[in-house]
Amino acid sequence: MTELEPLVDAAPATKVVGHSVQRIDGWEKITGAARYADDLEFGPGLLHACIVESPHGHARILRIDTSAAEKAPGVVRVVTGQDFPYRFGLYMQDRHIFAQDRVRFVGEQVAAVIACDAKTAARAAALVRVEYEPLPIVLDPVQAIEPDAALLHPELGTYPHVPWFFPRPQTNIAHWRKIRKGSIEEGFREADVILEDTYRVPRYAHCAIEPHSMTGLFDAAGRLTVWAASQSPFTQRNLFVQALGPLGLSHKDVRVIAPCVGGGFGGKAGVSCEIMAAALATAVQGQPVKVMWSRAQEFYNTYQRQGVVARVKLGVKRDGSITGLEHTLYWDAGAYVEYGANVVNAVGLSATGPYRIDNVSIDSICVYTNLPPGGPYRGFGYSEFFFGLESHMTRAAQAIQMDPVEFRRKNCIREGDTLAYGAEMNPNGLREAIDRTAAAIGWGTRETSADARKAIGKSLVLFWKAPAMPPNAASSAFLKFNEDASLNILISGMEIGQGLLTVMAQIASEILTVPVSKIRVETPDTDRNPYEWQTVASHVTWGCGNAVKNAAMDAREQIFALVERACGIARESLYLKDEKVRSRFRAGWELPLRDFAISGIQAPDHTFKGGPIMGRGMFMPEFSSAVSDPETGQGGHPNVHYTTGAGGIVLEIDRETGKTTVLKAALAVDVGKAINPDLIKGQIAGGLLQGLATALYEDMRFDENGRLLNANFADYKIPTALDIPGEVIPIIIETPQPDGPFGARGMGEHTMIPAAAMVANAIQDAVGVRLHSMPLTAEKIALA
Amino acid sequence: MNRLAIGFRLNGVAREVEVEPGDTLLEMLRDRLGIKSPKTGCDRGDCGACTVFLDGRTVRSCLVLAAEADGCDVVTLEGIAQIPGPLLRELAGHNSFQCGFCAPGVVLSALELLLAKPHPTRLEIQEAIAGNLCRCTGYTSIIEGIKAACGADAARDEAGPGGPAQTWGSALPIIEAACGADARTPPQPNSKGARP
Repeated sequence: MTELEPLVDAAPATKVVGHSVQRIDGWEKITGAARYADDLEFGPGLLHACIVESPHGHARILRIDTSAAEKAPGVVRVVTGQDFPYRFGLYMQDRHIFAQDRVRFVGEQVAAVIACDAKTAARAAALVRVEYEPLPIVLDPVQAIEPDAALLHPELGTYPHVPWFFPRPQTNIAHWRKIRKGSIEEGFREADVILEDTYRVPRYAHCAIEPHSMTGLFDAAGRLTVWAASQSPFTQRNLFVQALGPLGLSHKDVRVIAPCVGGGFGGKAGVSCEIMAAALATAVQGQPVKVMWSRAQEFYNTYQRQGVVARVKLGVKRDGSITGLEHTLYWDAGAYVEYGANVVNAVGLSATGPYRIDNVSIDSICVYTNLPPGGPYRGFGYSEFFFGLESHMTRAAQAIQMDPVEFRRKNCIREGDTLAYGAEMNPNGLREAIDRTAAAIGWGTRETSADARKAIGKSLVLFWKAPAMPPNAASSAFLKFNEDASLNILISGMEIGQGLLTVMAQIASEILTVPVSKIRVETPDTDRNPYEWQTVASHVTWGCGNAVKNAAMDAREQIFALVERACGIARESLYLKDEKVRSRFRAGWELPLRDFAISGIQAPDHTFKGGPIMGRGMFMPEFSSAVSDPETGQGGHPNVHYTTGAGGIVLEIDRETGKTTVLKAALAVDVGKAINPDLIKGQIAGGLLQGLATALYEDMRFDENGRLLNANFADYKIPTALDIPGEVIPIIIETPQPDGPFGARGMGEHTMIPAAAMVANAIQDAVGVRLHSMPLTAEKIALA
Repeated sequence: MNRLAIGFRLNGVAREVEVEPGDTLLEMLRDRLGIKSPKTGCDRGDCGACTVFLDGRTVRSCLVLAAEADGCDVVTLEGIAQIPGPLLRELAGHNSFQCGFCAPGVVLSALELLLAKPHPTRLEIQEAIAGNLCRCTGYTSIIEGIKAACGADAARDEAGPGGPAQTWGSALPIIEAACGADARTPPQPNSKGARP
């Protein structure tokens, strides 16, 4: 029976899956051959657009005078909101392409000048005169829900939205996710200790090194093509059709081409500034228009990671059991929440963290403010709430004199436990993650610095995250054999650096025995490649991976059916090995794939049977549903599964200056199956550093008018090669995900989620200072 | 606007271009000459994605005027990638990059280090690439890739085919200083990190 082994999908000994193969896109990136959106050439007919932006955080637009700009030499067209009076949005249609009668954040697009070159467009944009009547602004989410706060969206009640949002018209509350499980009153009555506190998290910027670049062409025949730096070509196509639908566009006529992406982190998901290239192209039919975002615009007019004010109230017994959790989160979601409200929703579902808690009350409240639109950012709200929650868990353990790691071992969630919204917890290796992380950082051993001015602290915290996506988010794949039995795989999952193309090649290679070096997977064109919802939520290894695996199995079925038909060998006896078909009934017989993958198999009568082998695969989580009781959140199955893990840290703090040095950081994540361990280690090193930077120094600062003060890399510091931890210890745990390809589940976002709480708890361990607001700067430590 | 006629060597090839006085070297390379490896990341010298060699030293091409390249040797990753040596091979073999957008700048900064110092310490590697921001990798995989490429061969191989002078022009003295008398010996095959 051993010969049948290759047919078994989750065969214990995989040949390619589970191995650290070299990235298939590595060489093109290292040689500079990789082409990103800004690198594409459109010829001398290319027009450039410059955006006229609001200087006000909140104002009524009284009048726009474009006449001087229109007269400037080289200007082709000036457009304003009047040209596009259409709403759009991913989960709630609360945006326009250009502001209509009011602006709601500093930097919001009000008009655009299209000219023959970028410098001409910029000079003419300065000639556009906009008269505003300033309105009262509100920047803080807690103030924004006061009855007398300035109202941002008087028409909120008319906005179409997904059925799992619950807006409150005539307030600034765009969505209120409630979860009620058990009895929170009973939970607090049972508690020996109740601990309550408030934690604050500011806004953060993605800081992909590649700025957004997008070029649109609406040709004379009515076809719209957009080339964009994108995590979401199909969702962008869909929203372009939605936003420009009144122009009579059909999905078949809209094409999004997504070349290499220079970092995403959520910032290139959904539709933010990309909409402008699509819309402006329709204004100058026949000529391509490019919109190139500057680094400053990258900071103030794409999605930002939302700020949050979180109140955590936790009841515990002396024996260490948790009796109740009340978690109330006020999200600073910005001027438009069409994507950000789903961050709020996702957190509402999961704000217990990976703990078994019988009595839960969660309120996750999405609040409009006069700041740039919030939206997806690696971690999708989880980093934000874990800062407070995991700070609180350590404090609760301390309050009952229990070891914080032991406290977590006792309370951590297990397979089959009931989640806060009523569904069951998936298989997970969280206990193993705790134990291995604790060992990696030498938990339980106090370390002292050689320098008497410095103190060393440690901490260990837990994390989890589920993909946040509509219940019917789908993936699909085509797989084409070539004459030499090499493969082209067509998917629309995006390579955003995580290594998706390589991992997809590995999955197909495992099934079809074609080596990874003979498989090409490239970034998509929506005309050519099949559907993928978006590359977000750490779900493409799982979702797109399942689609590719299904496509490979489909191709294998076609191969076996053809061999049976053409060669008369029983289908059940066939298997693939080393790019050849073999039969366990006929020792020594083999048929190389390259002999027939395109041209078919020649029969004894000299005719040919078969034809090009093309696999097709699709995946959608058919068990998922997002509709539940609005007052309790019970009744649905909104999350497909959770990826869990633990993070540990050893850091050193200068008692005088407060300067923190990370000596060691360990992160254990249960990936189900590590399809490419090296790429997982890369995610851990990268995500952890991104998380540590948000914990220690990154911070968006706004003035009292809502203007971003640090929209550049000199004032908004991201880590350099000198700012890395002394040591990073990646720990891979593999508790298979039953419905994942080879048992895999996603892990890209998770690597940054625990960072802030790791640092906060270790600071307290080292110097006894408990910080309640991020970032956890040297200044705050020194002054405490 | 008065256009300026300038001449320089680009990856070893003599070029003559007319530029506007305000054009940056980055704009000229990308928009006029189709050299796309230097990237526009911040356009103010913070991120290092636009790094190129100007007369053998790395510069941020967004901060250099195109006119300043007159009479100079400009080397970009396109030139270096013609004959990939151990540095490129090791970076590929170590899966050093993720999105790859910072890669051209990092590669050039690393090469500048290895030319000057074939056996740098880990800290020296970190310092050498500290001006090149990378948001994906956490730098560890890049540092390991560079570390693996350390040694005299690295600089020598990257320097070019049977005559480094052809590619490197005025950068050659730096190579020779770094590698000693063997600078012109042909590259040795490298068993590790072979390309896919």
